Amino acid sequence: MATSATTHAHAAPQGFIRKYIFSLDHKVIGIQYFFLALTAVWVGMFLSLLMRLHLYWPNAVLPLVGEIKPETYLSLLTMHGTIMIFFVLTTAPQGGFGNYFLPIQIGAPDMAFPVLNMLSFWTTFVAFVVMLSAFFVTGGAPLHGWTGYPPLSAVQQAGPGEGLGADLWIGSIAIFCIASLMGALNFLTTTLDMRAKGMTLMRMPLTCWSWFITAILGLLAFGVLLSAGILLLMDRNLGTSFYVPLVVVNGQIMGHKGGSPLLWQHLFWFFGHPEVYIAILPGMGVTSQILSTFSRKPIFGYKAMVYAMLAIGFLGFMVWGHHMFMSGMSPYSAFAFSILTMCIGVPSAIKTFNWLGTMLHGRIRFKTPMLYAIGFVSLFVSGGLSGPFLAQPVLDIQLHDTYFVVGHFHLIMGVAAIFGMFAATYYWVPKMFGRMMNEFWGRVHFFITLIGTYAIFMPMHYLGIAGGTRRYSQYTEVAYMQKLMPIHGFMTYAAIITIAAQFIFVINLFWSIFKGPKASDNPWEATTLEWTTATPPPHDNFGGVTPVVHNGPYEYGVPGAARDYVMQTDPAIGAAH
Amino acid sequence: MADVVLDHTAASHGAAGQYEAPLFGAYSKKVGMWLFLASDSLTFGALLVAFSYNRLSNPAWPTPFRVESITNASIMTACLLSSSLTMVLAVFAAQRHDRAWTRNWLLATMVFGTAFIVLHGMEWSHLIHEGMTPFGNPWAPTVPQFGGTFFTLTGMHMLHVTIGVIYLGVIALRKWFLPILGAIWLVGFFVIPSDNVFHYGIHVLLVGLIVATVILFLKPKDYDAHDVEVSGLYWHFVDLVWMFIFPLVYLMSTKI
Repeated sequence: MATSATTHAHAAPQGFIRKYIFSLDHKVIGIQYFFLALTAVWVGMFLSLLMRLHLYWPNAVLPLVGEIKPETYLSLLTMHGTIMIFFVLTTAPQGGFGNYFLPIQIGAPDMAFPVLNMLSFWTTFVAFVVMLSAFFVTGGAPLHGWTGYPPLSAVQQAGPGEGLGADLWIGSIAIFCIASLMGALNFLTTTLDMRAKGMTLMRMPLTCWSWFITAILGLLAFGVLLSAGILLLMDRNLGTSFYVPLVVVNGQIMGHKGGSPLLWQHLFWFFGHPEVYIAILPGMGVTSQILSTFSRKPIFGYKAMVYAMLAIGFLGFMVWGHHMFMSGMSPYSAFAFSILTMCIGVPSAIKTFNWLGTMLHGRIRFKTPMLYAIGFVSLFVSGGLSGPFLAQPVLDIQLHDTYFVVGHFHLIMGVAAIFGMFAATYYWVPKMFGRMMNEFWGRVHFFITLIGTYAIFMPMHYLGIAGGTRRYSQYTEVAYMQKLMPIHGFMTYAAIITIAAQFIFVINLFWSIFKGPKASDNPWEATTLEWTTATPPPHDNFGGVTPVVHNGPYEYGVPGAARDYVMQTDPAIGAAH
Repeated sequence: MADVVLDHTAASHGAAGQYEAPLFGAYSKKVGMWLFLASDSLTFGALLVAFSYNRLSNPAWPTPFRVESITNASIMTACLLSSSLTMVLAVFAAQRHDRAWTRNWLLATMVFGTAFIVLHGMEWSHLIHEGMTPFGNPWAPTVPQFGGTFFTLTGMHMLHVTIGVIYLGVIALRKWFLPILGAIWLVGFFVIPSDNVFHYGIHVLLVGLIVATVILFLKPKDYDAHDVEVSGLYWHFVDLVWMFIFPLVYLMSTKI
């Protein structure tokens, strides 16, 4: 039987279109995903800037959008959340870095289904275009937030953006579901079936484990959202009443009756909570990888890390109800969801202490990727600590509709995951593009971003405890809220500075891709398989040979070894170790 | 989702010296299909939850299915169960490299599947004629969810069976299946009167025809025993889903 490298379905493509547009190469597809997410994150960040400006200067006339009306604010909020969660947090870590590095790290020449891989990228792209088009139709973008709660999202007449804009929004989500399902299926099959000789499951880098578990979550969660979205589209356009009870809009009785908005919330959050882990798990994987590499120590508790991620993934499917304490729920259910939610603290704490244990007594090299990985741990802890607060039904009823929740999920799901991506970018750009990124500007970017994000999101917790409600476009008319306006001012200034700092990142990225110093094959002296091959890797990743793996993924500081690290392909180190 | 299996032989069942043994000894296409089915079962699961949720929250749920409906649905069930048997026989025939009988059993499976779709379509037309719509029904005007859940669940399933028949047709007959599919589409379009929903629904076949054409011309190949087995997985799954829908939607809403 021929080797996989030779029977591999596609030869190196010729011609621009097959090589860079409709490429089957997982590396090109990974870069496509990466730049799609980079585009999306700028759109999402611009929307958040508009919101922050409006919150502090509610009557300001802004360039491009003019004066922001309340419904415009809600549109911005909806599109910011949706674009960030679907097209950045889900797309970049998994579709981008996962696509590029999963096959290389397990020693495979490509994904198991390259055509499916290409289709999943272009389907994601179509979903993004459809999502953006919601801005430009009559009525504009929808108002219902990224959670799309009915009846607001299910009745066409409910608001200016709830016409065609909301249909496009749901359509885009449905298309994105299909794309994610194709991607998840590919990731899982590749991990299960295409590992190089010696790459047992327990020798996989933790990044591969995180992409694998993320793919399991995606496979099981997005199918549910797809169904829920189809039902919502039917409610909107076919007059069914899955989610809509008898409602009156502008004094007019709608034709729906007997439906339950709670059904949507159950289905949505059955997807929505695993989605949180879809966003954060790849960040955990890359953080483990980088902390170990730059501490020059094996990862502390490799197996515990794997089982902790599996536990987080498993528990992630059992806690969706904690998003619905405010929606009306039996106290017994709330109790069960509360206990299960707090259980997630256990594997999360295991991971955190293992990261700290990895750094302890390490010979740490404070390069930019390492700084971002440490920043990830910091944000993960700060954002995670407010989780047990919100897991209490009693506290949640007080805090749910306030900025406390906004601060919580932005720190842990938004910024922590973004820090994971930054870490991955600084770590892997040398391999992807063959050039090192600038270290000095990387550090400047890191410190401004770290302090800036804390300055934006920490005050939100105080704001929320003080009663600052979320999803309101203006706080000027409420007496007690006016006293909180200085906090909004502080956050807005912090946001402007932090967003300005992102230009440093983008300029550094593009400058480095074209003009940066050439990277060697293994600039970080790391051990995993992507550092054994050329920079950038050839079409089949390993130049016609399939690597054979003899060691675990994080063999640093091995006693008696010639250098302080042992590659996975090096001869097996003694059983004594 | 026939495209899952249409392509790429890398890392399937060969290459044992170079790679770790795949999980459960399964080749990539088979793993991929199992994973797709896992995901699809969650998609159907959400629809079944929507059905059950609505049913439990509406005490006035109608139970309109009389003996004729149940008889019809039982015949449909028998068709699907028989098709599972013929599918197994097709897989066995493929595994002993008996091309003629592989094709014959696949065709038998397709005939049963088509019979299911036609019977189901007639049932739908009958219910629509009685006044059932996605947003209302004549038996319980306060429970529009009856029609909504019925058409969503069975419609989704019918779509899966239709995709399955096209999928098996591509495996069994390859390019020779395309004119047959095109003919069925055209005949269906002209024979079904325009006031019937399937006059438009039959365009699903056109979409299937286009997808099948793209697949067959971009990646022409002989389908082997593995392809037959993978298509069989899909087919059995579709049968299995019906085994949930039949009691939930029909048997629990009988009026005898």
